[in-house]
Amino acid sequence: MKYLIKDGRLIDPANKVDVVLDILISGGKIEKIAKDIKNKNGAKIIDAKGKIIAPGLIDMHVHLREPGREDKETVETGTRAALCGGVASICAMPNTEPSIDTRIKAQSLNEIIKKTAVTNVFIVGAITKGRDGKELADIEGMEEEGVIAISDDGNCVQDIALMFEALKTAKNKGLVLISHCEDTKVSGKGVINEGVIATRLGLKPMPKKAEFEIVKRDIDLAKKSGAKLHIAHISCKESIEYLKKAKKEGVDVSAEVTPHHFVLSDECCLTYDTNTKMNPPLRSKEDVASIKAALADGTIDVIASDHAPHGKHEKEIPFDNAAFGIIGLETSLALAIANLVQTKVLSWGRLVELMSLGPARILGLNKKGALSEGNDADITIIDPEKEWIYTESSIQSKSKNSPFINWKFKGKAVSVITGGELVMEDGKIYSHK
Amino acid sequence: MPKQVKWTKKDLLGLEYLSRSEIELILQAAESFKEVITRKIKKVPALRGKTVVNLFYEPSTRTRISFELAAKRLSADVINVEVETSSVKKGETLIDTGRNVEALMIDVIVVRHNCSGAPYMLSKAVKASVVNAGDGWHEHPTQALLDMFTLKSKFGKLEDLKISIIGDIAHSRVARSNIWGLTKFGANVTVCAPEILIPKGIETLGVKVTNDIDEAIREADAINVLRMQFERDESGVFPSKMEYFKKFAITEERLKKAKKEIVVMHPGPINRGVEMSTEVADGPNSVILEQVTNGLAVRMAVLYLITHAEKE
Repeated sequence: MKYLIKDGRLIDPANKVDVVLDILISGGKIEKIAKDIKNKNGAKIIDAKGKIIAPGLIDMHVHLREPGREDKETVETGTRAALCGGVASICAMPNTEPSIDTRIKAQSLNEIIKKTAVTNVFIVGAITKGRDGKELADIEGMEEEGVIAISDDGNCVQDIALMFEALKTAKNKGLVLISHCEDTKVSGKGVINEGVIATRLGLKPMPKKAEFEIVKRDIDLAKKSGAKLHIAHISCKESIEYLKKAKKEGVDVSAEVTPHHFVLSDECCLTYDTNTKMNPPLRSKEDVASIKAALADGTIDVIASDHAPHGKHEKEIPFDNAAFGIIGLETSLALAIANLVQTKVLSWGRLVELMSLGPARILGLNKKGALSEGNDADITIIDPEKEWIYTESSIQSKSKNSPFINWKFKGKAVSVITGGELVMEDGKIYSHK
Repeated sequence: MPKQVKWTKKDLLGLEYLSRSEIELILQAAESFKEVITRKIKKVPALRGKTVVNLFYEPSTRTRISFELAAKRLSADVINVEVETSSVKKGETLIDTGRNVEALMIDVIVVRHNCSGAPYMLSKAVKASVVNAGDGWHEHPTQALLDMFTLKSKFGKLEDLKISIIGDIAHSRVARSNIWGLTKFGANVTVCAPEILIPKGIETLGVKVTNDIDEAIREADAINVLRMQFERDESGVFPSKMEYFKKFAITEERLKKAKKEIVVMHPGPINRGVEMSTEVADGPNSVILEQVTNGLAVRMAVLYLITHAEKE
């Protein structure tokens, strides 16, 4: 199928473009970008007047739960949720049951993706066998099967020697290592940020130190090994300071933040709403301010949702016992527009950098993240004026664990094109399988 | 004359969520019920035809007995349910249990739970009134109310009193409820504990913090001595019992440096020889047993008010 997207405002930070242009898509690629392209070949016209045309959004931190916990999410439902949020490509974290830690397991997940995914899915393999931090996983085999990165996400490799080995292996295989930074001896059984809110609620605290000491450790190891390190869901001021310093020194390190960590603070936990229970926990307002500054000044490279579906029975229980995490694929873009662009923390260009170009660069996806002729035709069309309400019944994900239900937003992805095919239009999903 | 305050709340979840005038209302009602429980015939028909369930997920003797007797003195029907936390993990959730209890047309659920916030969650899920009988480290509102009632009956007021709360502040729901209640009345509250047992940011709740027991005692009109909950020490960071006794226990020796008429309180059960010596516990300054009696009156007041709440 050929498409001609007309009169949209192209926002493409890779080419430093923010101007109204037409795009012609053909054979799964971006064929031409120019003013007033004439429709000579019978391409389907998409009128994008007043809309923003961005390179397809990439969410590099998603839990699809398949295999093992298909009651919470599947590759199909998770990718549908992604499309509704305007996300063209996602990275699936390996904390499934079983963990993705061998070539065979990556292979069988790839089969499921081929059969059921409605958008691009890249597999992140485990760092260690069973993600239990004791022995390296079959990283070579998984790399040959096409995994894009390695991570024990949800767990943190506590053994420093093993982590160094993992980074060296990642470097050899040309993979980025995504680190969930948490010293579990410090965080213990904590469920909430340490501070006056935890004290008021009488909940066990998780000190920030549990995060930033490992951020510091992993940066040191990345420096020594020369490996490419990506810090998952960074959440506090101190971690950001270490990151900033490391970048100045030229360490190959990048970091992501989740929308909930720049939208919410630990004060949101005051009603014991278990949809405010995350790991890392929601931090103080001071941390939120430093995250916003780091998003604006380039210290943070990526916005990723850490989409973590959980069943109601895992959330409608006391805070101490409830599962960590929330779904985020369908709200990520809207939360970023509302809290970063509309509040003038950053520009549309910077937002697209954080949600498309940044992850593409980190993951080595050279044909994505930019609207260049010859690139993959992955495109997200955003209506910046569209007002909508995020209702529970509209949620595409199998799970409904979100603190943002019934929030009003302005700005929504209205179409997504992946591999040159229109796969989402006004919330409708078109499968081309 | 200030406008007559009316009780409008369905639940009693914590003193954080009450205004000073609501607390005053409870304390006033407790005065009347204190008179009732000292009569020859100790029962009134105020809750006749109502049913109270004591749903206890944590072992408790005195609080459970106190609530049970309070309900009985008000002529309510009472059911006691003691649930072992371990079997709860396998089966029914708190909300399910609460809804099942409610389906039996119960009016009040008195809940004690090891998880902070559990009564808060339950109150949102059921139409019945929920009374928090202690949740995790969060609040134990009726304990603080009986402490305040006891102080008020000793001093005639709470304003400007110097009260020191001594012991494991970090893991104490009694401390938190007392802090919310007392500070709303303009009392000067000091918390005293080893550094490791002071939770982060507690000073922002309007209390003074010290690690020096003599400083905590010196000017105090009353001290509220908490039980050292050694059973909660999962990470092995608590001081040893002997070490704690030496540095923080309330002994006759230490009380020599205090005001002569200092009031000594303890929510019980006491670890004699750990946070308090036997001589002090049984001595002339101790009001520990009066607290128990007052607890009955306060719980009657709470049960009465929440079952007679007026629409806002």
